[in-house]
Amino acid sequence: MGNNISLLLVVIPLIAAPVVAVLPRGRLPWAVALLITSLCAVLAGMQLWMVLNDGMISYELGGWAPPWGIEYRIDAVNAFVALIVAGIAAVTLPYALLSVEQEIPEDKVPLFYSAMLLCLTGLLGITQTGDIFNVFVFLEISSLSSYALISLGRERQALTSAYQYLIMGTIGATFFLIGVGLVYSQTGTLNMQDVATILPGVVHLKTVDTGFAFIMIGIALKLALFPLHLWLPNAYTYAPSVVTAFLAATATKVAVYVMLRILFTVFPHSFALATPAEELFIIAGIASIIIASTYAIYQVDIKRLLAYSSVAQIGYMALGIGFASATGVTAALIHLFNHALMKGALFMAVGAIIYRVGACRMDQIHGLGRAMPWTFGAIVLGGLSLIGVPGTAGFISKWYLMAAALEQSAWISVAVILFGSLLAVVYMGKLIEALYFKPVTDSGKEVTEAPMLLLAPTWVLVFANIYFGLDTELTVGVAETAAATLGVVKP
Amino acid sequence: MSAETLLLTALLLPLVGAAGIIIARRTPNVREGVTLLTASLIAILVVIIANRFMSGEAFALTLIEPLPGIAIAFEIEALGMLFALVAGLLWVVTSIYAIGYMRSHNEPNQTRFFAAFAVSIAATMGIAFSANLFTLFLFYELLTLATYPLVTHTGTPEAKRGGRVYLGILLGTSIGLFLLGILVTWSLTGSVDFQAGGILAGHMDPAWAGLLYALFLFGIGKAAVMPFHRWLPAAMVAPTPVSALLHAVAVVKAGVFTLLKVTIYIFGSDFILSNDVTGGLIWVAAATILIASMIAMTKDNLKARLAYSTVSQLSYIVLGAMLASKAGLIGASMHIAMHAFAKITLFFAAGSIYVASHKKLVSELNGLGRAMPITFAAFFVGTLSIIGLPPFGGMWSKWYLGLGAAETTQLLLLAVLMISSLLNIIYLLPIPIRAFFSKPESGEHYTEMAEAPKPILLAMVVTSTACVILFFYPDPFYQLASLAAGGS
Repeated sequence: MGNNISLLLVVIPLIAAPVVAVLPRGRLPWAVALLITSLCAVLAGMQLWMVLNDGMISYELGGWAPPWGIEYRIDAVNAFVALIVAGIAAVTLPYALLSVEQEIPEDKVPLFYSAMLLCLTGLLGITQTGDIFNVFVFLEISSLSSYALISLGRERQALTSAYQYLIMGTIGATFFLIGVGLVYSQTGTLNMQDVATILPGVVHLKTVDTGFAFIMIGIALKLALFPLHLWLPNAYTYAPSVVTAFLAATATKVAVYVMLRILFTVFPHSFALATPAEELFIIAGIASIIIASTYAIYQVDIKRLLAYSSVAQIGYMALGIGFASATGVTAALIHLFNHALMKGALFMAVGAIIYRVGACRMDQIHGLGRAMPWTFGAIVLGGLSLIGVPGTAGFISKWYLMAAALEQSAWISVAVILFGSLLAVVYMGKLIEALYFKPVTDSGKEVTEAPMLLLAPTWVLVFANIYFGLDTELTVGVAETAAATLGVVKP
Repeated sequence: MSAETLLLTALLLPLVGAAGIIIARRTPNVREGVTLLTASLIAILVVIIANRFMSGEAFALTLIEPLPGIAIAFEIEALGMLFALVAGLLWVVTSIYAIGYMRSHNEPNQTRFFAAFAVSIAATMGIAFSANLFTLFLFYELLTLATYPLVTHTGTPEAKRGGRVYLGILLGTSIGLFLLGILVTWSLTGSVDFQAGGILAGHMDPAWAGLLYALFLFGIGKAAVMPFHRWLPAAMVAPTPVSALLHAVAVVKAGVFTLLKVTIYIFGSDFILSNDVTGGLIWVAAATILIASMIAMTKDNLKARLAYSTVSQLSYIVLGAMLASKAGLIGASMHIAMHAFAKITLFFAAGSIYVASHKKLVSELNGLGRAMPITFAAFFVGTLSIIGLPPFGGMWSKWYLGLGAAETTQLLLLAVLMISSLLNIIYLLPIPIRAFFSKPESGEHYTEMAEAPKPILLAMVVTSTACVILFFYPDPFYQLASLAAGGS
């Protein structure tokens, strides 16, 4: 079947989504969604394996040869990101069953899983396609379905958060589309490879500059790159637990991927270097690490705390991109993977607390660590990974990022990376202290450990955090290949 | 057993013990049995390893290689052997002591206590045997995290505050400075392995070496060099067995041990001596020695006084490391062992006083020696060994440190060591003297013996006897120390 996999990854969840929507209530929609996501994860794994062994895969949709038809073009970079997306989806779905039954009205459950599959379709589609307009289409599919998913949150603020995200997301998508349009007006093509070959001839045109700027801003909005992150804390806080875990681990990661693609594949590398984009990435990265981490320290709601932490972590990736060196891009890709693992684990653990207590404000979780030792353990280990303690995946990210910074003697960035880790110590320490040392608030009901079905997927990710801290063959190996594929040359 | 198996057993056994402790949580007698058994096995194991090491056997083991060139690997060399020997032997004694202490205090959460204790020992062994900076850093952080629940054991607001300072300073310095030092080393040399003679020579401009050394000096917060010493007094809220083994031996010695390792195996003493890397920094250690001694004099709380005494004594080792001469390094390495035995005795005695009479302040101890003669006799022995008088082990390390200082032309350094010894006399010796010779406070009469429980006494007698034995028989530690310092 070979290169069919690239298409199957998009088509399978796309077809399954409407089917799931009309299935009867009960657990059947969940079971089908679980089957589909697991299948996607296996396919994504196979695809990465094939790409690593046999090199790039190209699939021509409908047999139309590029640049006229849409081409799916898979190299190490997007195969890697697709695996992250599909893998995280496969881990979150078993978790979804109980959490969704509790948080979402019964009549909406089939629609929920349908939206979840659509979101997966969109995210996977972005990674698979080699057509820049197609990226916009899939971006909209994933965004629209995630607005719907967020609005299903248990509190009424979920609606306004979803609306806020909708506005911001639409602005982002529109900017992206305008940028693509401007590039198209000068190159007359939408195929990424084709654009890449034609662009060098027209880079002197102001239109191309403008298009580039529009595209960058548009993706930066989807990426929640500081200071365009304002939609993210609300969206993550009020979305259902599963949605938060899934989106936090995948949506921003895919945006990072698009960013890398545009910067290194579509536009000639020298073009991006001539613009202030790199410097802006570094400035935005530094600002988001410091400011968002500081915000995280003062949050009362745990999900919001972790959301601000996500903004800070995106800052690390922005730094890696900004260094524009092979090590820097490798670091960004490694962190993309590792951050999916840690935030997935943390948001799932917090979801388990919400499942049991129905709340996740700092003052409502006092002493819960003793009643829910496994959930607490997951938060501690996930937190250590977030801080970057050696032996965890987070350490590997930090190590490469620091190596990239030292390579360029970027001492301010070095200091900021280390300082960011210290801020993470503070906000995770605050959370752990509340969970473990504060006396239990008397709510009259006995809290017990979360059910196995919530704990097992959480701990799968926790173990992954430790495993990928010790065995980095997959992460570092693939990230290095991917950085090489992007053709990053040290300036 | 093969060398590899022995090494792996020494690293894993405490972890197995910790698991056993958790499994046996419902039956305290079995649980304590597991602790004692594990601790005894570790003690036997380190002695066996030491014997085979001294007879020339090589111990090396690579577990995995997370990053190219950076492996989790272990290799035994003289300095690590010395540290493991001290920590391994003293764990048994402390276990006996801890059981007596925790039981007579009816402390809650004893399972967590003993399990975290065992994990801390595992981390200490990992530090002692690590073959490169990365492995060392891994276990260094593990030790911080594993001792955190011990520091905050009582769960009181004071303990939580102490825990916050503890974690804040130790994690802060290690992530902010130590890790940076490791990364810089790696980016300069492409290696983080410990190698005889150091790895930095020829890879860096000596003008910057002092700055890199400062990253390590201040980044290794466990060495408690001022101004990053605050965590040590803060950690004194922990139960006394923790203060005794971890905050007088394992944790703080892990700090100075790391610094010695960096000095000998990363920088290399030749590189330091020929480029005068530590010329300015050595005064930080000298200042810490004096200032901490002076603060100790002002402390009425016995454990706080001992904590500042530890800060001061640690900087002896730091100073010895920075002298980087043979005598200095021998003195520093030996002081790891000598100070360990003496200081643990003092902490044991402080805990004993607290258990038997619930007194925490030095000013309350008048006349108590009549009721607790064994405790105060042990305290007296520990005091004399810390001061560095014969016939106690503490004399040897101070001898070599003094020798090292005298070899440099900096007579001021020698003066610092001398003055500090005098200060030791002033803040430590009055404690047993008060207890034996002063009149009790009005309203208190000490007519009959009111000693602490037997396990506590046993532990104290063992360590104070060891202080004497080490004067007459310092040979094993001396040999290891001089091996580490690069002699035969």
